Amino acid sequence: MSELLKNSIRFVLFILVQVFILFKMPPLHRFITPYLYFLFVLWLPFNLSRSSLTFISFVFGLSLDYFSKTPGLHAAACTLIAYVRPFVIGLLISQEGADKNYISPSIVSMGWAPYATYVIVLTLLHHTYLVLLEWMNFGSFIYFVGKVVASTAVSLLLILLTELLFYRKQKFRTNTI
Amino acid sequence: MRNVFLFIRRHTNFLFFLVLQIIALSILFRYNKFHEAIFMNASTEVTGRINEKYNTIEYYFQLKKTNESLLKENLRLRQLLKENYEAPDSARRLINDTIKIDSARTVVKYKIMEAKVVNSTTSQQTNYLTIHRGLDQGVRPNMGVISPQGIVGTVLNASENYATVMSLLHRQYKVVVKLKNGGDRGTVEWDGLSPLFVTLKDIPKSAKVVKGDTIVTSQTSSKFPANIMVGTVYEIVEDNSSNFYTLKIRPSTNFFNIEYVYVIDNQQYDEQKKLEDSTRKTIQ
Repeated sequence: MSELLKNSIRFVLFILVQVFILFKMPPLHRFITPYLYFLFVLWLPFNLSRSSLTFISFVFGLSLDYFSKTPGLHAAACTLIAYVRPFVIGLLISQEGADKNYISPSIVSMGWAPYATYVIVLTLLHHTYLVLLEWMNFGSFIYFVGKVVASTAVSLLLILLTELLFYRKQKFRTNTI
Repeated sequence: MRNVFLFIRRHTNFLFFLVLQIIALSILFRYNKFHEAIFMNASTEVTGRINEKYNTIEYYFQLKKTNESLLKENLRLRQLLKENYEAPDSARRLINDTIKIDSARTVVKYKIMEAKVVNSTTSQQTNYLTIHRGLDQGVRPNMGVISPQGIVGTVLNASENYATVMSLLHRQYKVVVKLKNGGDRGTVEWDGLSPLFVTLKDIPKSAKVVKGDTIVTSQTSSKFPANIMVGTVYEIVEDNSSNFYTLKIRPSTNFFNIEYVYVIDNQQYDEQKKLEDSTRKTIQ
């Protein structure tokens, strides 16, 4: 399956899962909003140019906003993590040329610890920004801190489950095309 | 000039990122004026259609509860029928006053339209419902929405066939209500803590309130007819520093399994609004 098709399917699936399963779940606590959709941004291929990465994430976030009726909220957070993503990958990648030899970030391509750090950093960033924007409209500081921490924890758990359930095979590619 | 171009070329990515951020944030913070024109109208139509597909599946799981609530409402309405109040000796037969009906075209204040809920959330801080009835079927923004059990919210936005409703469980939603006993008015809003409770403020301490008291809509809210159920008092929060009660209210509407709602069209709303606005202008 081509990368374009695979990612298009992921685009739709992540939005549907977020809107019709995670947003529909009866709330456990006001601090906990389970977010998983931004994993799409984390899974995008290495070889995308930085501006197209940012743009795709913007469109992705905006499509979720259409469903959740919060225009611009998720789009802003997605654009931020998409912009920061290349820097984080550049810092964390341990294997020489892993971003050339593999298609997209995963446990296989990056190694267990760097991939975990990559996910944690971007999840935290995404949630902080998202809740910060929400906090500007209402809420208190405790609400802000509590929601960032609790939602990040739940999101990381969901991402772990997703990674275990949908194991992504990564073929090693040589750089001779 | 050359340096400017060089700067732009060097920082294309960052500038592009900034532009997208500014677009996103401007849509977010200029929500009320801006979104109606470019954002919501077209998208409500599309997302509404997808939500409707999903709802056709979800609907079956709620059929029993929906049926029960509609049955209860029917029962309540049946008990209000005029025929029930016929006294055997004084009134020989029931006469409907036709004069009132003839001129009723202008007297009718509230028109009620039914609508199916195709999407609703309860887990956010800003919860909305999407209903399958829009501009073409007579729904306009600012109309009140009630369920068989009680009030639900206010129409925020409408496209041709769908409309979005700001739910009572929305951090920015406010509605004027009154105590059924005594009629003291206050404002209901949601503190975002639990979707099972809302808060009622501004009821003076001179009013008599006990646990379990019924809260109904006030005719001053102008979006809802008077005496529509809102909820019951669950807890009276102690606050000696204030002259007003803070009451924890249990809404009568069950937002978790809501399937059908009624949209209320106040046909005299525009006239009232115009008068109030012009009064405000005269004073200033």
